[in-house]
Amino acid sequence: MNPPLMSEQVIQVIYLVASVLFILSLKWMSSPATATRGVRAGEIGMALAIGGTLLYHGIVDYRFVAIALVVGTIIGIPLGLVHMTAVPQRTALSHAFGAFSVTLVGTAEFYLRTPNVSPFMMSVLSMEVILGSLTFTGSLMAAGKLQEVLPQRPITFKGQNIVNLSILAVAVAVAVVLVFHPERASLFPLIILMPLIFGVMMIVPIGGADMPTVISLLNSYAGLSAAAMGFALDSKLLIIAGALDGSSGFILSVIMSKAMNRSFTNVLFGAFGQVQASAAAQGEARTVKTATAEEAAGILGAANSVVIVPGYGLAVAQAQHKVRELFEALIKRGVNVKFGIHPVAGRMPGHMNVLLAEADIPYDRLLDMDAINPEFPETDVVLIIGANDVTNPAARTDQSSPIYGMPILDVDKARTIMVIKRGMSPGFAGIDNELYYMDKTLMLFGDARKFVGDIVRELGGAGGHG
Amino acid sequence: MSSEIITGLYVFLLAGFVGFEVIRRVSPLLHTPLMSLTNALDAIAVVGAIVIAGEHKSTLSTVLGSLAVAASISNVVGGFLITDRMLKMFKTTKTKKS
Repeated sequence: MNPPLMSEQVIQVIYLVASVLFILSLKWMSSPATATRGVRAGEIGMALAIGGTLLYHGIVDYRFVAIALVVGTIIGIPLGLVHMTAVPQRTALSHAFGAFSVTLVGTAEFYLRTPNVSPFMMSVLSMEVILGSLTFTGSLMAAGKLQEVLPQRPITFKGQNIVNLSILAVAVAVAVVLVFHPERASLFPLIILMPLIFGVMMIVPIGGADMPTVISLLNSYAGLSAAAMGFALDSKLLIIAGALDGSSGFILSVIMSKAMNRSFTNVLFGAFGQVQASAAAQGEARTVKTATAEEAAGILGAANSVVIVPGYGLAVAQAQHKVRELFEALIKRGVNVKFGIHPVAGRMPGHMNVLLAEADIPYDRLLDMDAINPEFPETDVVLIIGANDVTNPAARTDQSSPIYGMPILDVDKARTIMVIKRGMSPGFAGIDNELYYMDKTLMLFGDARKFVGDIVRELGGAGGHG
Repeated sequence: MSSEIITGLYVFLLAGFVGFEVIRRVSPLLHTPLMSLTNALDAIAVVGAIVIAGEHKSTLSTVLGSLAVAASISNVVGGFLITDRMLKMFKTTKTKKS
């Protein structure tokens, strides 16, 4: 066997090992106990794959590769060190980077091969470039909205879907022409440009609250574009990694869309974000019961079991650490404290868990919706901080409500409910929350961080640290 | 269609199926680290980019390839780094006391 052929086979075996490690890596993510091992497996697989690729005999010039590796590492480190509240925009940005890379490789491949591109090769290259470019701008837009450098408000206009789909249709039509006439290289820029515009247009009508679904969907697209690249390069490793990422994003988008009461087709066709603020129920001024921090502390301290329901408002108010102090003060008094977390409580899937874990709250106290719901009837006090629509019993009872059918946390079944809120403004969906008018509900008006801090002081708890 | 394409499709479908089965079992607790991890793994596209940049077949392909290597490797580094940081924050009541 001549040396190049042998090294080729060694590389293929290395890729096979890397593929297995990638699958194990995701498998070990199933529980926090093994997740770190999962990351190690992924890292080893990645190091092997990159090392193996560098052995490839076709590489004649290492200078640019080396420079790019160094520059990429320098960019990557700060992106790995962002604050936990900024993880959603970092994730969107990394989808953009991944898609950018895939698009560039697809473009390079096309210009190296034209005019001799087989129909199959042209099809996968088109898919790679179209998915890559729309994910690139789409993710940049999503990152901009999450970072709040772009308006979070959905921007809609008449015939939006038709305009958007026409833009995409042009790209697909051009791709079809290229499949049959790959020598018309001057058409190629169109299948980059059109999806780039489509990516922007796709995110424009989507509001900030829909970001968990959008990020997951873009994740899926990024995976699919990488898989298409795998077909183009005939790399099984890339196909596998792309398929894993694609299915991961797909599963997360389905979970998120269910949690937000959207059908999946609704999500796929980008109609999300168009939650009609249907005639915000401007009811008669109904009365609510309020309580002070002192009274709240008394009730919490006397309870046997407390469930805290956090929403994104908690992170906005930077109240995580105060909540941890409250948690510790109550635990010290022998109160059983748990957290009930709705799937869309943060800005991306699982975000709230990370924010609470960062504040040093043990993860065995963080329960997801299905686990916590059966416990509410046995719960003495529910404390809601920065969450609204996900606690609205109208989702179960009122068929005319826009959130009817949405899975919610059944907090209304607890014995006492306390809600920390700035004022009586309705939630994201623009609907009144019945919960606030119930006899067993106490409204605690004020800034979440300050209010929780006051309760902790009343409890004489955790001391002033943090 | 050549057998290579068919093999590729088999691999894609089977990997997608494995992905569904494995990821369905990931605790919702870890969905954020899951996404940053799959992001890092997806950046395996770097191997294709390295070949394009290193083969040095044309100026255009070398430039595009090098940019792609930089973008992908930043995802590899950043993705693994942040996943690791997040997972270190997840502690149980027990490990926290020790």
